[in-house]
Amino acid sequence: MKVKKPLAENQMFISVLASVISIIAGLLFGSVLLFILNPSKAGIGMGAMLTTGFSSLDQFGKVLYQSAPLMLCGLSVGFAFKTGMFNIGATGQYTIGAFCALYGAIALQLPWWVCLLLSLIGGAVWGIFPGLFKALFNVNEVITSIMFNWIGMYLVNLLLANMPVMLASAWGASNSDRTAALAQANPGAVIPKGGLDKLFGNSSWINISVFVAIIVAIICWFILEKTTFGYELKACGYNKEASRYAGISANRNIVFSMIIAGALSGLGGGLYYLAGTIQYVLEKKTLAMGFNGIPVALLANSNPIGTIFSSLFISYIQVGGSAMQPNFSSESTDIIIAVIIYLAAFALLMKGVITGLLKKSMKNKDDKEAKA
Amino acid sequence: MAEDYVIEMLHITKEFPGIKANDDITLQLKRGEIHALLGENGAGKSTLMSVLFGLYQAEEGIIKKDGKEVAIKDPNDANRLGIGMVHQHFKLVECFTVLDNIILGVEDTKHGFLQKDEARKKVLALSEKYGLRVDPDALVSDISVGMQQRVEILKMLYRDNEILIFDEPTAVLTPQEIDELMEIMKGFKEEGKSILFITHKLAEIMAVSDRCTVLRKGKYMGTVDIASTTQEELSKMMVGRDVKLTADKKPCEAGDTILSVKDLVIPSRTHSNNAVKGVSFDVHAGEIVCVAGIEGNGQTELVYGITGLEKVTGGSVYLKGKDITHAPIRERSKDGMSHIPEDRHKHGLVLDYTLEQNLVLQRYWEDEFQRGGVIRADKVRKYAYDLIDRFDVRSGQGAVTVARSMSGGNQQKAIIAREIDKQPDLLVAVQPTRGLDVGAIEYIHGQLIKERDQGRAVLLVSLELDEVMNLSDRILVMYEGEIVGEFDPKQTTVEELGLYMAGAKRQDGKEARVS
Repeated sequence: MKVKKPLAENQMFISVLASVISIIAGLLFGSVLLFILNPSKAGIGMGAMLTTGFSSLDQFGKVLYQSAPLMLCGLSVGFAFKTGMFNIGATGQYTIGAFCALYGAIALQLPWWVCLLLSLIGGAVWGIFPGLFKALFNVNEVITSIMFNWIGMYLVNLLLANMPVMLASAWGASNSDRTAALAQANPGAVIPKGGLDKLFGNSSWINISVFVAIIVAIICWFILEKTTFGYELKACGYNKEASRYAGISANRNIVFSMIIAGALSGLGGGLYYLAGTIQYVLEKKTLAMGFNGIPVALLANSNPIGTIFSSLFISYIQVGGSAMQPNFSSESTDIIIAVIIYLAAFALLMKGVITGLLKKSMKNKDDKEAKA
Repeated sequence: MAEDYVIEMLHITKEFPGIKANDDITLQLKRGEIHALLGENGAGKSTLMSVLFGLYQAEEGIIKKDGKEVAIKDPNDANRLGIGMVHQHFKLVECFTVLDNIILGVEDTKHGFLQKDEARKKVLALSEKYGLRVDPDALVSDISVGMQQRVEILKMLYRDNEILIFDEPTAVLTPQEIDELMEIMKGFKEEGKSILFITHKLAEIMAVSDRCTVLRKGKYMGTVDIASTTQEELSKMMVGRDVKLTADKKPCEAGDTILSVKDLVIPSRTHSNNAVKGVSFDVHAGEIVCVAGIEGNGQTELVYGITGLEKVTGGSVYLKGKDITHAPIRERSKDGMSHIPEDRHKHGLVLDYTLEQNLVLQRYWEDEFQRGGVIRADKVRKYAYDLIDRFDVRSGQGAVTVARSMSGGNQQKAIIAREIDKQPDLLVAVQPTRGLDVGAIEYIHGQLIKERDQGRAVLLVSLELDEVMNLSDRILVMYEGEIVGEFDPKQTTVEELGLYMAGAKRQDGKEARVS
């Protein structure tokens, strides 16, 4: 007779079930909120949130396009987590990366792939500082990276304000609060669509960035799981004392891990702004993209491969959220999205609950059978 | 005639996921007796006591107090029934005074204000009556471990507990303090109090207990009268087979100097004083040198200084003639130093790594295990299974078992396998048998002696005097950061070592400080 593995011991099954239940709980709770905020439009709102991403190829293209920078910010946060660091500075690194890419594209008229390299380097440089401060002076990386978020944002604003050539007004547009549209300034710096636009019904969003991001995710996975470097990084993250005992230089690894995390976020900024559809607007608040990397990494439990899926999920509900806008303010859609992500992150907790329930029901069954 | 039992635990069964921690255990405590509870680590002693103390609920079985069945749902119930416990790790508030700790939870108040005068009188009276010397106004963080234990005992007496549980009370004491505690326990017995004494030290059981209940792997092995049994018999009951209580070893053939420590000074992390104050000694090939002392006298820091975990501020360390005082840890390891650390969870293992990942923790960078920075997973796996076979490391899923899920003994075996297989010239082992069962201890002692016989230098730091006497070829006693005596184990006694460990005597002619 074939012996079936008990469900309670099938980890894969439980993980997926836990994630699904958490997401459903988040959506239910989100619906309740929608109902409180605007009862008459709640149904339409929820419908928009759930279906927009798949409603048209154009919108699906947008989901993929937005997932690329999210994925990289998620990888950035996750990579640092694995080394025991909390990189809350992803948004600063992302902003610097975006600036470097746009500077290469507009001021230096470089091709797109060189601009991407510049964004990577810019982000890496921004990641060094929190790493160095932590390694040399044991300053908590959360404090330094938050400060560097603001320094990065204002530095970019300052630089752009003093570089007329970077602004849209220098390239035939009237507004000077944002960078030039790449279509006018340097079409060669726009990330190629690689024929994907044909596949996606001439979607203006889609390009190869999501594939770049997926390849980067796979590289991250390889580094963490297969190399001695990754072995050292994770050892530091799991147990700093034990890695010191093993002769691993924790400080060196802290700096390297922050450089890589910064480079990932920076590349995310490059991918987002080199798509040609978005212009960088001079703002007085830090960009949300870097912070969104935190739930992406948490949902994926910092696993690089998991990050691919969690970023697609979050990108999907964000696209859905923006379609709710006439009926709901952008603040309330943000709240709904936050609630869904928050509850989705309960997957780990859910996993324990499910395992417990399955075991209990199995035991009850056994008891009944024993009595019968 | 029915016996006068003050507490009866009848047919207690307590299950945890995957394991029956207590399987049909019966323990009957007579009024006014000292009853020992003996068993190896993991035998279920702590679980049984937690059931009695209301921390766990048993699935089956009943508890009777004075012949009447009682339900103990939480520690407050236990307290009401007069059950008190001195935990192995003291439960004291460090920044409170002794008196505050004793009355904590049962304070007298008037209009919301603390009334300590009565409490102070009662504490002083109890302290006088039982010879439990304490200073009620001292901060717990300033007093010795021995006094902390007396505070814990006073806590039970202050609550008028009739049933006193002592969980491994002698682990932190010097031989003299142990004798004192034994006297105090006998005093309680004469008062008519009943004592449950949890331990794995057979000599102590023989010295004070009336009866002894033995557990093995969650099962009840029986209760015996101490008057009609022997240590050998008890240990056989506990382990299930004959155990060698002493290790056999050949006479020592000391060779070249391997480790040389000169005037070493190491600062302390916890106070402004130096933890190690100018220590000098040599360790030769083929000998086991043991550093004995009471916990917290600088042994930990001494090892940190030798192995490179802590910066040295004075003096020097030579390994095979090479100055390694300020060398990085990796260099020391390459030069032939292995280190079995004191705290296997803090230093010895990355608990979230698998067994195989932990087994290459000191060697993953060698060409054998990596090529171009990429780990050669097949070689690591093969090496791991080789060590697992040779050192009999047991785990649920072999090489890919997460270290956290392994038993303490097997975690320690994994560390020992890793450190010994490096074939070091110097093996530094700090409390290598702490918290392990008799079988594992026997094994580890055997391994250390084998290393010595193969001509390696072994520096052993231990708090267990039996272990010190058993294994070492030379004994150095450390007291307050200094080496106060050097002994040949064949020409000294545990009592003599105890005097040096407590700082009552020292060999260098200086007057012993009165403390």
